[in-house]
Amino acid sequence: MDIDLVTNILYAMIMTGTPLLLVALGEMVCEKSGVLNLGQEGMMLMGAVAGFIAMYHTDNHFIGFIAAILVGIAMSLLFAFIALNLNANQVAAGLALTIFGTGLSAFLGNDYEGKQIAVLPSLSIDALQSIPLIGKPLFGQNAIVYLSWILVIVVYLFFRYHRQGLSVRAVGEDPSVASNLGLPVMFIRYLSVIFGGAMAGLAGGYLSIAYTPMWTEGMVSGKGWIALTLVVFASWRIERIILGAYLFGFASIMHIVAQGLNWDVSSNLLAMMPYVATLVVLVMLSRDKQRLKLFEPMALGKPWHRSS
Amino acid sequence: MIKLTPRAQASAKWGYLSPVLAVFLTLIAATVLFWGLGKDPQLALYTFFISPIENWYGITELLVVAIPILLCAYGLALCYRASIWNIGAEGQLLLGAVVATTMALQFVDSNSFWAMPLVLLAGMAGGMLCSGISAFLNLRLNCNETLVTIMMNYIALNTLLWAVYGPLKDPSGYNFPESALFGDSTLLPILFEGTRLHFGLLLVILALVIVWVFMSKTFLGFQIKVLGLDKPAARMAGFKEKKLAAMVFLVSGALAGLAGAVIVTGSTGQLIPAISPGYGYSAIIVAFLGRLHPVGITLAGLLIALIFMGGEMSQMVLQLPRAITGILQGLILFFLLSCDVMIRYRIVFTVKLPGFTAAAKH
Repeated sequence: MDIDLVTNILYAMIMTGTPLLLVALGEMVCEKSGVLNLGQEGMMLMGAVAGFIAMYHTDNHFIGFIAAILVGIAMSLLFAFIALNLNANQVAAGLALTIFGTGLSAFLGNDYEGKQIAVLPSLSIDALQSIPLIGKPLFGQNAIVYLSWILVIVVYLFFRYHRQGLSVRAVGEDPSVASNLGLPVMFIRYLSVIFGGAMAGLAGGYLSIAYTPMWTEGMVSGKGWIALTLVVFASWRIERIILGAYLFGFASIMHIVAQGLNWDVSSNLLAMMPYVATLVVLVMLSRDKQRLKLFEPMALGKPWHRSS
Repeated sequence: MIKLTPRAQASAKWGYLSPVLAVFLTLIAATVLFWGLGKDPQLALYTFFISPIENWYGITELLVVAIPILLCAYGLALCYRASIWNIGAEGQLLLGAVVATTMALQFVDSNSFWAMPLVLLAGMAGGMLCSGISAFLNLRLNCNETLVTIMMNYIALNTLLWAVYGPLKDPSGYNFPESALFGDSTLLPILFEGTRLHFGLLLVILALVIVWVFMSKTFLGFQIKVLGLDKPAARMAGFKEKKLAAMVFLVSGALAGLAGAVIVTGSTGQLIPAISPGYGYSAIIVAFLGRLHPVGITLAGLLIALIFMGGEMSQMVLQLPRAITGILQGLILFFLLSCDVMIRYRIVFTVKLPGFTAAAKH
């Protein structure tokens, strides 16, 4: 195996893992506040289609990403209203969000299938990019990849050192106690859900504007669901989400690996790898139920009502 | 201000009213949507909801679409009754279709009577294989069933693609990703001359009766309900929790696999990549909209099938993308979940005036 192949694999791994990193980061914050939003897939699809349409009409990547984020937020507000205000079952509400987002994105994107947009240029740091092996993977990426790293650090610092980070966790562990302490439970949960929506929207936009760049119906193909596993994999810890996202990124680029190593395997079987990897990870994680419960926010997925 | 106050007891009345109200709200939303898209709402509603079924042929077509959806939904309802969040009907359907096709291709030139039952059984086995893996991962290895079943959906989809591009591809098919056409012995008989309505309808009726009797008249059905409503109680009563869960997984897999077999033997006559426009996902909505009751599911399934046909119609007549089907399905589920709040809560409108508060119960 030559060094160029390894460099390319690392490069593609980070590029492919980035949307997973973004969604998982958003969902983790959301889950820390005690809200389980299974609608990631739907929010990503809406972000992808909105970002693509905005980009197509304005030819401005920045506007594309802003549109993707805003639409992701709008979708998450829909979820928040049903799950938090109307106290619906969060699993069902998340599923509804995914089904609705799948349908609406297919509808909106119908006229945009096969249209072309300008590729998001990579923002390489020339001096560092020439470092062998890790230069291109770490310093030859596009802006969103760097942004994802900044976001990871910000979220990490927020939960580690900021008072409000503790508030979010308190709300996720025991909303009633948090409420009695004077924390605005609903407000904090709303903000967390919105952050999750923004991240999912951005991740969707990344797929349609930077990664592919084009729009096809259902193009997120399960990444939202994989991200949900990723959060459990990381046991709600930020530093592990990076590792998990890039591992899944690697599982998603097996076709590049296979090509590089001259393996003769059906591309459809290789396309199965991320999902199989997810199952394998789930199995490894779920061996010890007690340990899993240790890290999970106590009130995760449980509807909470002020008067109760 | 609108406030929710919990009811002392869940409202049975709203249990029935909520789906009706949800459908009604979806119709209103559809009207607004059509109007917003610059179509005459009256014409659009007519095209979408009436024109597909205004004649006999249309009704038989509606049933053709409803057959796989209903088969999947009956099985899912069993799972949801047991509080198992199985959303894997789509994958079970696809794998059922692949296995059924593999079996059917063995009988291309045969006219054996046993070919057809074998193909249907193969479909059920395929579905059970898919749901059996999910059940094993969920019940033995403690994996979350929602994530497991959704991953199995993608794995099954890729298996189907691998099969039609590889081993099951018709060798004389000009390299199209399609299996060979099935022989006559493995095509479901047509029930009415001049239509496409096939024997699958009888299978649906059979499944309806069996599931209904099973849920309401047998001890096993009762055990499943208890398991879903109160797990500790089921354990205390000595019900075999894992066995019950494995059973509903397998039954729902068999039904979804049968749906896949029915599609390839009844509608397409061969395996193609696009055998299901998301029937397995729609079945989730159908199960909830039908209140997990076989009769309610049947009505809900016909409605969702109508929405599928309406999407096709509006594409032809109104030049609207058929993806509108997905929007309406999502909306129904949203409205249903929102209306369901009335089952557990009373909505209280409070008027805040300076000095005092007046509360009016509604």
